[in-house]
Amino acid sequence: MKVMAAVKRVVDYNVKVRVRADGSGVDLANVKMAMNPFCEIAVEEAVRLKEQGIASEVVVVSVGSPGAQEQLRTALALGADRAILVETDDALGSLAVAKLLKAVVDKEQPQLVILGKQAIDSDNNQTGQMLAALSGYAQGTFASYVEIREDKVTVAREIDGGAQTVSLKLPAIVTTDLRLNEPRYASLPNIMKAKKKPLEVLTPGALGICTDSTNKTVNVEAPAARSPGIKVKSVAELVEKLKNEAKVI
Amino acid sequence: MTILVIAEHNNTLLAAVTLNTVAAAAQIGGDIHVLVAGQGAGAVTEAAVKVPGVSKVLVADQAAYAHQLPENVAALIASLVIEQHSIYTHVLAAATSNGKNILPRVAAQLDVDQISEIISVESPDTFKRPIYAGNAIATVQSNAVVKVITVRTTGFDPVVAEGGAATVEFVDTEYNAGTASFVNEVLAKSDRPDLSAAKIVVSGGRGMQNGDNFKHLYALADKLGAGVGASRAAVDAGFVANDMQVGQTGKIVAPQLYIAVGISGAIQHLAGMKDSKVIVAINKDEEAPIFQVADYGLVADLFDAVPEFERLV
Repeated sequence: MKVMAAVKRVVDYNVKVRVRADGSGVDLANVKMAMNPFCEIAVEEAVRLKEQGIASEVVVVSVGSPGAQEQLRTALALGADRAILVETDDALGSLAVAKLLKAVVDKEQPQLVILGKQAIDSDNNQTGQMLAALSGYAQGTFASYVEIREDKVTVAREIDGGAQTVSLKLPAIVTTDLRLNEPRYASLPNIMKAKKKPLEVLTPGALGICTDSTNKTVNVEAPAARSPGIKVKSVAELVEKLKNEAKVI
Repeated sequence: MTILVIAEHNNTLLAAVTLNTVAAAAQIGGDIHVLVAGQGAGAVTEAAVKVPGVSKVLVADQAAYAHQLPENVAALIASLVIEQHSIYTHVLAAATSNGKNILPRVAAQLDVDQISEIISVESPDTFKRPIYAGNAIATVQSNAVVKVITVRTTGFDPVVAEGGAATVEFVDTEYNAGTASFVNEVLAKSDRPDLSAAKIVVSGGRGMQNGDNFKHLYALADKLGAGVGASRAAVDAGFVANDMQVGQTGKIVAPQLYIAVGISGAIQHLAGMKDSKVIVAINKDEEAPIFQVADYGLVADLFDAVPEFERLV
């Protein structure tokens, strides 16, 4: 069966972003970009399914700027077979991304689509669920374990109170949580090989998808700063401050 | 305007986060309806009708909704909005693992973009929400006919639980997509306060060294009546279970007092706790970034400091 993994190009997770003074967004000029960490886990899971002989082909897809080819090449170096970029310079909302992914799913007909549960830039946590709704597929979000047997996938999910297991009919959508796997690093020979793997570029127009959003970001500001704290010298001083100054215990 | 609030519950208890969600709905203004979708959830309905400000409780009691499977519950919510009650202008749910699972599915079925994890209501169509792990706050305006919103509960003080008298309406249609089935659930049992509701939270990080050492934090937490959390590093290392993770992609907490023990303070962790009223950091590395957000920092070995802390309170 074919497995598809979606990846997003985002600011590297170690970067502390700066908000632009005019409120138009965050400053991404000369900032290190990387694959969204949850998407790395998605690619890793898809590649493992291929290594187990369950997946016959792993297709990675991204929606974004031409720069996202870099992240798709990384996914190819990690073991994906081929890549698709739906190229757009617009900052799309989750619904538009889900619609574009749905168009690719219609073309490719994967049995399983694995996405990160959330991108660390927009922090939306929506796209996988939206893709599932648009496709009419079942969804296993926040997955910590995935097992495919015949025409079903069993997904263990991280939920607020603990863990939940669901069984989904294939085709299905899975979104990854942190404990699903530990992604590998790409080896140099694989990075070289990845340069020769096929990477197809599509556009929203060619897929016939309208990418308008009902949301508009009207301002972006820095969060309120916390006033600087103090260092205490002993546990006794700490307890005294918490009791008499902060009055929280 | 009429707002549909999705009740968070386990068929027995109405979760307290629903009261925060109703508070957000009250700030938007207009009529508030609450949907209780579940099975055998009579006690939840009884609790929901008492929530002040709620005028109607919709009850969808079907086997298909017993475990909140999104394939079924989202279809129910979308149909309520589209077919049966074109009155709804907003659909709100708490940004819990359950709300996050269901609501984007509803939004896609309604062909609108969702607004995730709002922390304030600026007007009925404009909201603030954190992005980039809380390092920026976006103001988002929606022109959707129905605004689909998850609510970060730490941004809204809960309404009181009693005093209201809503009417009850039963919704009989059962939506069962037949694509997903519930297998089991393993819920952590704890006598300590729930992390997201606790007034005091004690969290441990990689510095705890192993799971057994969390006993020092449990002892301190029990003295303080606190909930216990952890950093991603501690969860990934297998010290404690995933439901204790505080951070950008784990639980978001904002207690009166947050005590970070052996936690370095990665931005992803800070995103989950930096709105706490008072932050205490105990770490032997005086350069640890956690001290930059701490109101009270103590540079010390946690294995000396935590037991002493427990003795002194």
